[in-house]
Amino acid sequence: MSEHTGGAGTVELLGSDDVARTVARIAHQIIEKTALDSPDATPVMLLGIPSGGVPLAQRLAAKIEEFSGVAVPVGALDITLYRDDLRRGPHRALKPTTIPAGGIDGVTVVLVDDVLCSGRTIRAALDALRDIGRPENIQLAVLVDRGHRQLPIRADYVGKNLPTSRAEDITVLLEAIDGRDAVELIHHEDTREENPR
Amino acid sequence: MKHLLSISDLDRDEIIGLMDEADRFREALEGREIKKLPTLRGRTIYTLFYENSTRTRSSFETAGKWMSADVINLSASTSSVKKGESLKDTALTLASIGADAIIMRHPSSGAAQLVADWVAPGGVGPSVINAGDGTHQHPTQALLDAVTMRQRIGDVAGRKILIVGDVLHSRVVRSNVDLLSTLGAEVVLVAPPTLLPHGVEQWPVRTTQDFDAEIADADVVMMLRVQAERMQGGFFPSHREYATFFGLSKARAARMKKDAIIMHPGPMLRGMEINYAVADYDTTAILQQVNNGVHLRMAVLFTLLVGDSAEAGY
Amino acid sequence: MTYPATGPLAPAEQGTLKLVDVRPYGEGEPVTVLIEDGVIVSLDADPDADADRVIEGHGHVLLPGLVDMHVHLREPGREDTETIITGSQAAAKGGFTAVFTMANTAPVMDQPVIAESVWLKGQHAGICDVHPVGSITKGLAGRELTEFGMMATSQAKVRMFSDDGKCVDDPQLMRRALEYAKGQGVLLAQHAEEPRLTEGAVAHEGETAAKLGLRGWPRAAEESIVARDALLARDYGNRVHICHASTTGTVELVAWAKGQGIPLTAEVTPHHLLLTDEKLHTYDGTYRVNPPLREEHDTLALRKALLDGTIDSVATDHAPHGSEDKCCEFEHARPGMLGLETSLAVIADLFIATGEADWRWVAKVMSERPAEIVQLPDHGRPIAEGEPANLTIVDPGATWTAHGADMASKAENTPYEGMDFGAKVTTTILRGRVTCADGVPAEPRENN
Repeated sequence: MSEHTGGAGTVELLGSDDVARTVARIAHQIIEKTALDSPDATPVMLLGIPSGGVPLAQRLAAKIEEFSGVAVPVGALDITLYRDDLRRGPHRALKPTTIPAGGIDGVTVVLVDDVLCSGRTIRAALDALRDIGRPENIQLAVLVDRGHRQLPIRADYVGKNLPTSRAEDITVLLEAIDGRDAVELIHHEDTREENPR
Repeated sequence: MKHLLSISDLDRDEIIGLMDEADRFREALEGREIKKLPTLRGRTIYTLFYENSTRTRSSFETAGKWMSADVINLSASTSSVKKGESLKDTALTLASIGADAIIMRHPSSGAAQLVADWVAPGGVGPSVINAGDGTHQHPTQALLDAVTMRQRIGDVAGRKILIVGDVLHSRVVRSNVDLLSTLGAEVVLVAPPTLLPHGVEQWPVRTTQDFDAEIADADVVMMLRVQAERMQGGFFPSHREYATFFGLSKARAARMKKDAIIMHPGPMLRGMEINYAVADYDTTAILQQVNNGVHLRMAVLFTLLVGDSAEAGY
Repeated sequence: MTYPATGPLAPAEQGTLKLVDVRPYGEGEPVTVLIEDGVIVSLDADPDADADRVIEGHGHVLLPGLVDMHVHLREPGREDTETIITGSQAAAKGGFTAVFTMANTAPVMDQPVIAESVWLKGQHAGICDVHPVGSITKGLAGRELTEFGMMATSQAKVRMFSDDGKCVDDPQLMRRALEYAKGQGVLLAQHAEEPRLTEGAVAHEGETAAKLGLRGWPRAAEESIVARDALLARDYGNRVHICHASTTGTVELVAWAKGQGIPLTAEVTPHHLLLTDEKLHTYDGTYRVNPPLREEHDTLALRKALLDGTIDSVATDHAPHGSEDKCCEFEHARPGMLGLETSLAVIADLFIATGEADWRWVAKVMSERPAEIVQLPDHGRPIAEGEPANLTIVDPGATWTAHGADMASKAENTPYEGMDFGAKVTTTILRGRVTCADGVPAEPRENN
């Protein structure tokens, strides 16, 4: 996943600068929509969904602090145990979950993920949040929305809308995990069964 | 991984994988009011205990229920076993009822393996988890011990672990020796020769009778329960003699390294292998062991029951 | 010397039986053997001569009928696992013309009438000479001696006594037994196991048992009794026989005893020659046996000892058990394995196929020596004119796979399930009667 082959079937849609600009724009949008810099605003918390959502959430938090001066708590929410397709396919390892101190009750939780596709991951995240506490609001920020929704789920903050066909796949590379920032489109020659996210 | 019968069946990656997943489960449940995960909803787990146990059985039951499984407890004294039903028939009955997993504790070594062979020939059938078979293995105990050690002293590779007491009759020891040596720890067994199995020479351990010589640089001191009945078998001459040479007294505990910890698989015989007061020291990790037990057992259930096993069988 | 007569024998088969193309002891060119009224009349007969029955030998090996001095035929008491008839059929299928069935039945064979009924029943069926072994102590209780004299002079003509299954562990009683046996001229066979050292033991005390969490049977439990009985025989008894030798130490003790001129003999089972405690890793109760399967060096020492004569004979300790007694927790499984139908094949694989011995040696350890030790007339005799026709024909190249379900024995607890072998008994003849033809054992005699 971390090779920039640029070979047959792989096209870079967003380069490193594009990603940085997009992250900054989302950060501004979050500040504006939640009014987190005003004194009586509902506190905001960012929870990244592993793996890609976690470094993304941290970068967003850093940008939000840079632009607004507010240090927004950041955590991770692994949704593996709430997936609806666990019994199919091989055993999946669990990823870390860290809920910032104070919990999620009465808070505006902004879920952060790199790619939004079928919506099942977010649905699982909503189920998980339900068992953890009762947020005041739940919002969703994604870097890329590639369409193909299978559930009535929408994002509040979208970095880039990238409609794709079923024979294509979107890969988000992030500095913290892959060594560089990019969004790539992969063409597949044969029709293959997707694993929608 | 289809069954969990013995630590000797697991490789290093599998062991660490289970330990890591135990930590993930702890994180997932931390601070929550609703201790419930939907992951095993609709799965039916039977605990089949031929020996009494509060600790292990309730730990497994809690683990299953927190994952939304239906957990049904069977004990030999109230079941058809009393009417003379064979182990094989009991096991096959549970498989036919529709058990997804059978967690069993039995006084005969090898019982869990036999049940696994009977209920899941060719790897198709319920998963069997060995909660202790005779004097053979107690895999989840060793795993939760390892999780506890890692929490308190970090990576066990190269660290010195003392296990003191009745090695001969202990299934916990055999599992721990397998696991700790796989993780690269130095294991020293402290026991009188009568309580060491003939054949321990082939184990990847050192054995000694000199507790005092070993305690000062040990990172973990794990005490095993010693049954008073062993005096009758000539294993040691008296309670006093055993406690003097192999008990964890205050004096011995005082000589331990600053960050070393005391562990015990339970139940403890205060005053026999461990001084009454010492059992409550901060250096003990005994209650932590219990706490980790539930998360570790959740990880085991998750690993065995969820997702196709890429490699069939165990 | 003439051995004591047996009890009344069923009449020999009348008429002529011709064995065409057989090689006595596997030596030389094939010959035709002619048997008449249960006696070998010619080793050089005309292959085309008339005969009432003909067996085609195909150049196979002709051996004296095998003698197993240690089996358990379970009748009376556990007829659900084996009977005198099914046990005789298993024996015939294995090439045996005489077997000695141990006394640990229910009731114990400590009364002449019980021994007589076993003997007479075996003769009535006419498939194998089934000799009852009397117990050394009444009821196997280890306290009072069985009536050696009454048993020896009964119609069963009991010539060997053993508490096998249990050890006569009281040294004073063993001393008396040996002295008394000397007076009666009978053989005592000891199951060497000091019971206090083996309490609760289920497997050989060693690395495997330690790993598997199974309580161990120390070597000293067997060896201490072997040493003790050798010394007692030296000072008080005539002949004593050690059952199922299983350790390197026992071999060394037997060698020492023989070197001292002590009249000690010993047997070994095929499973102790071939199998080790490695088999226990599956916890399959099939492999539970007393004495237990040991380590590789024990099997090697036993093989060497059998070759050089330190161990005198092969005896199977054939021990049928119901599946409910084997398909259970290892420590609850009853000890014992089937052996009659696979014994010859195991020996052939271990010694003939490896070139370490020849068929004459097999005849010695599986027929001649056992007959000598129990002083049994008419069996283990040379293949010669005028000798009783107790014979077996072995196909030395027949590959076959052992399956418990295919065995003539009522039980199925063979430790060789699915194992391939390279030699097979095709025909067995008891005083001229074909008790096994083409690997199929005969039915009991029709006449009343």
